[in-house]
Amino acid sequence: MANHDVPEVKEDIETPELHEGATAHLAIFPAQEKHMVPLGFPGARVENWQQAGVDKLKDLLEKYRSLQVYLDICVKCGSCTDKCHYFLGTGDPNNMPVQRAELMRSVYRRYFTPSGKFFPQLVNARDFDEETLKKWVTYFHQCSQCRRCSVFCPYGIDTAEITMAAREIMDAIGVGHKYSQEIIGKVHTIGNNLGIPKPALNGTLRFMEDEILDATGQEVRLPVDVKGAEVLMVAPSADFFSAPHVESLMGYAKVFHAAGVSYSFSSIASEAANFGMFIGSYEQKRKIASRIAEQARELGVKRIVVGECGHAWRVAYSFWNTLVGPFDTLDPRYPVPQHICEFTNDLYKRGGLTFDKETNDDKVVTFHDSCNVARASRMGDTPGGQFTIPRDLIRATCNHYADMDADTIHEKTFCCGGGGGLLTDELMDLRIKGMLPRVTALKQVMKHDKVNFLALICAICKAQFSKVLPYYDIPMDTVGGVHQLVNNAIVLGKNKGVV
Amino acid sequence: MLMSLLAYLALAIFLAGFAWKIFQYARSPAPLLIPTTPAPLTKIGVAWRLFTEVAFFNSLFKGNKWTWLFGYAFHAALVLVLLRHVRYFADMPHWFAEVQIFGVIAGIVMVGALGMLLIRRFWVARTRYISSPADYLMLMLLLAIGGTGLLMKFAFRPDIVSIKEAMVGWVTLRGFQTPGDVLFAVHFALVLVLLAIFPFSKLMHLGGLFFSPSRNQTDTPREHRHVNPWAAP
Repeated sequence: MANHDVPEVKEDIETPELHEGATAHLAIFPAQEKHMVPLGFPGARVENWQQAGVDKLKDLLEKYRSLQVYLDICVKCGSCTDKCHYFLGTGDPNNMPVQRAELMRSVYRRYFTPSGKFFPQLVNARDFDEETLKKWVTYFHQCSQCRRCSVFCPYGIDTAEITMAAREIMDAIGVGHKYSQEIIGKVHTIGNNLGIPKPALNGTLRFMEDEILDATGQEVRLPVDVKGAEVLMVAPSADFFSAPHVESLMGYAKVFHAAGVSYSFSSIASEAANFGMFIGSYEQKRKIASRIAEQARELGVKRIVVGECGHAWRVAYSFWNTLVGPFDTLDPRYPVPQHICEFTNDLYKRGGLTFDKETNDDKVVTFHDSCNVARASRMGDTPGGQFTIPRDLIRATCNHYADMDADTIHEKTFCCGGGGGLLTDELMDLRIKGMLPRVTALKQVMKHDKVNFLALICAICKAQFSKVLPYYDIPMDTVGGVHQLVNNAIVLGKNKGVV
Repeated sequence: MLMSLLAYLALAIFLAGFAWKIFQYARSPAPLLIPTTPAPLTKIGVAWRLFTEVAFFNSLFKGNKWTWLFGYAFHAALVLVLLRHVRYFADMPHWFAEVQIFGVIAGIVMVGALGMLLIRRFWVARTRYISSPADYLMLMLLLAIGGTGLLMKFAFRPDIVSIKEAMVGWVTLRGFQTPGDVLFAVHFALVLVLLAIFPFSKLMHLGGLFFSPSRNQTDTPREHRHVNPWAAP
């Protein structure tokens, strides 16, 4: 582990003193021409970038009611100031949501409001100049678009919308973040974020089939590009290669096997993630989502099920129908798309699955609500199903469960610190500090309830936790997917034929 | 004469500016469904959600209890004070005079709450950091309006008959003679300033809240296809 400044974990989450410029030094790796141009962005900062940036802001104000309203109506009440995990972890005032938004509001006022045009000092209006752009680059890459601030805002002002707009403006003037742009490029050229080509994907899936066969004696299949399958399974590509993600992937496969539902992965749509959201680009979101819609038609499936991936579920659940719908060729009896937790929990409740809870008896489990699932989507038929369904599934597969502090779960959950396109090494310092509130709540239940397993349903959270938890002296294998628990507990060969 | 002109100018700026902003919010598209979840599944549910935000400041209550207390006290008192002022603009039934006392008490609460909001803004390092001069000036403007109002009620009573005559003349667009009372002139002039800056300031949260997509959308993307009006077909 490289040397990083790890904050002290206190008994409770505490609001830090302001520490001006605490994370001003954190620099992202800029996207290069080869990353930007294929996505339709300028390869380098454009000559008239100030005017181009202001023009782009005008364009977005006319396209997004959220941006127009949110830039206007903040009264600076301060309710959000102690809600962001990056502020709680760093104390940097620009990580207070209102102050982050102020970076854009000050520019908005300068160019779009009478008060900012005539009395810039009075209302804190700023030119879109070099210094402002530098702050934009820094602090709009210290927001994970987790929406926690929006929960506590009297007007629901959603900083994620402002961060997305800021990144879109920066991309439009040729100032991009390498991490997200490079990954989106891989999705378009290879089919997934990790850049796994079809032969490698096939190889790893066959390997997993062998693993399961050795462990259980059952021929559980993980098929790719099978026409006429009932379900198209779209997982985050990390599920194919990363630990602990693969454990959940085997869990999905066993669920389909036990229920006797035919399914297939797609080598072209071998990625649930949609980083188009992180960079705020509607067009990229649409393009990335359209691969999946096309593959669903191409393979002739009846349903689409999405794996454990937080922001992917937001895009799939909230945006797919708008971006690439309607899904006319799918079976109208099922929601489009379905979350794997909805799918599994529903099968279990109808008696289609059998779990042996004792297989997870070595664990005392808690559940981390991933931000995009918690605050930007739903599962099931009722509001809040995104909280109850994964927990129901955990309780169905485990005997020992305890929730974390009520102020840190459900809609008030804390980001893992690595979401929103920030899961990159150059931001490691931020990722460590941003995890502080979550770790504080986790350590509380580890102490009081002997919790030793952090279950969740997000590929980014899994990667972030397994990398960063060790800095806080928590073993990396403490974290795992809900379907990792399913994978352990599911009894194969018992139920057949329930659809 | 000058006051009369300014009064109509301020009123016109307020009405036209407010209408323009509302039109702008209503016209701007909402390309994607982005309610902060858990969110209601029905329009009635959304109406209830917005009602709880307006009537109880639900989200602010979750966020910060002190800000909620002072903010809520100020807004609730402001509503009562505004209601009380209706008598200066129109003839009211007899019982209205009987309940004036609530408006008077509210006036005191309002000024007190504004004072607490100002102190809090300055006292707490985080809110002090995020505040611009305009944020302080806005509170001071409201304090000055409330303060001059209380002074007229409790210390230097102006000739209410001539004031009412002028106000009725103002809002019925018949023109008016400015009453001679200095305290009233200050009170009234400050209100005109408030009206004139209203549409261009953060005070637009009054109208903007109802257009906040994270609060006013139903959570039904799978059930009903939401169409982005500017998406390529």
